[in-house]
Amino acid sequence: MKASVGGYARATDLRHALDLLAASDGTGRVLAGGQSLIAALNMRLSAGDMLIDINRIAALKGVTEDGGRLRIGALTRHAQIAVDPLVAVHAPLLRKATDLIAHAAIRNRGTIGGALAHADPAAEFPACVLALDATIHVEGPSGARDIPAGDFFVDVFETSLREGEILTAISLPVAEDAESQVIHELARRSGDYALAGVCVVRRTAGHRIVCISVGTRPELAEAAMQRLDAGDSDGAIDALRAAIDPPSDTQASGTYRRHLAGVLLRRAIADLEGDRP
Amino acid sequence: MTAVFSDRIDIALTVNGEAVEARVPAGRHLVDFLRLDLGLTGAHASCEHGVCGACTVRVDGAAVRGCLMLAAQADGAEVWTIEGLSDSGEVADLQAAFVARNALQCGFCTPGMLVAAQDLLRSGDVPDRDTIREHLSGNYCRCTGYEAIVDAIETVAQARAGKGAL
Repeated sequence: MKASVGGYARATDLRHALDLLAASDGTGRVLAGGQSLIAALNMRLSAGDMLIDINRIAALKGVTEDGGRLRIGALTRHAQIAVDPLVAVHAPLLRKATDLIAHAAIRNRGTIGGALAHADPAAEFPACVLALDATIHVEGPSGARDIPAGDFFVDVFETSLREGEILTAISLPVAEDAESQVIHELARRSGDYALAGVCVVRRTAGHRIVCISVGTRPELAEAAMQRLDAGDSDGAIDALRAAIDPPSDTQASGTYRRHLAGVLLRRAIADLEGDRP
Repeated sequence: MTAVFSDRIDIALTVNGEAVEARVPAGRHLVDFLRLDLGLTGAHASCEHGVCGACTVRVDGAAVRGCLMLAAQADGAEVWTIEGLSDSGEVADLQAAFVARNALQCGFCTPGMLVAAQDLLRSGDVPDRDTIREHLSGNYCRCTGYEAIVDAIETVAQARAGKGAL
């Protein structure tokens, strides 16, 4: 099908984008990589939107490291994250995730900020940034806000971004020397949305576990994390399966997804053991 | 609505090396612009939600989904379609290998396959079959079963590296 778009404007800088968003009277949609938004527009899941194209805003692009935190601009594309040397060293989970996100041509356009603002519970980056304890940086009419990843994801396609706000960057603590970061997922075809997935981060403060495609939003699997902190792998897997209530759909039943989440956590734990210095 | 938004956008870009200026509807995606406005019907509009890969074109050096980028966003871009890549001879060896290996039947997916394959081979690496399959995972073919396509691309990769002949 063909999109029905109300209008389009190309923002020259962040201020301009915020002004356009304010002027759109609630019909504005921020267009970043467009790999989900334009698909949705083509399918007429939304019509009449005023598109605010932020792709020309250089200040939203790129990766920097400063004072023990890695900062990734919202417009940084998946293909750039896949090859960025700072990401490879300081947030290897994100680099590994890019191998699993869709296909090469989509990774060439899709952006991390767009993936987070879209908040698809079947997507990799929302789960990754929660597992990494990242902070989401946003700008709005009343200034900047920093939102912990744990407070950002609200429901399917719903975040705590307020009307008029734009996601500008994420930042996260750089990986510790002995830190391990692992992602495992299962999809029927390479590049499809995962039937289930799991991200595990092991750092001095303890393990962080977040699943993909098992709920309405990424959440920390706290009971499983406590079991894993105590060295109890089987207990962690049981606790994870007990904590989730995955949806059934044409791709897989909820029961199968719950089973898979445990299998994938077992594989992730095996990877962590292999990684142990 | 406020005047800052437009429902028709003026764009200037290059397509297959030629300068193009146009006024496009805000919601028109790149592949419809190429096909309907410029008559370049090599890239196909098929699923129109980024799944099938039939619309794959090269924008600023990278393979992208022509259905998931608006024509308005291509302002200032350098776009190459299968027509341009054919005329320049850049993919001539791939095209010959596709024919030699029977890597197409109806041909609907072939323009996207060739752009995606060239995207992989341009780095100069010689990818193994798994890497070729992974790179083509976003391009559907309903005729060939893919085996012949992977054969063709592998043959060209090795030939370009001087490790074999077509």
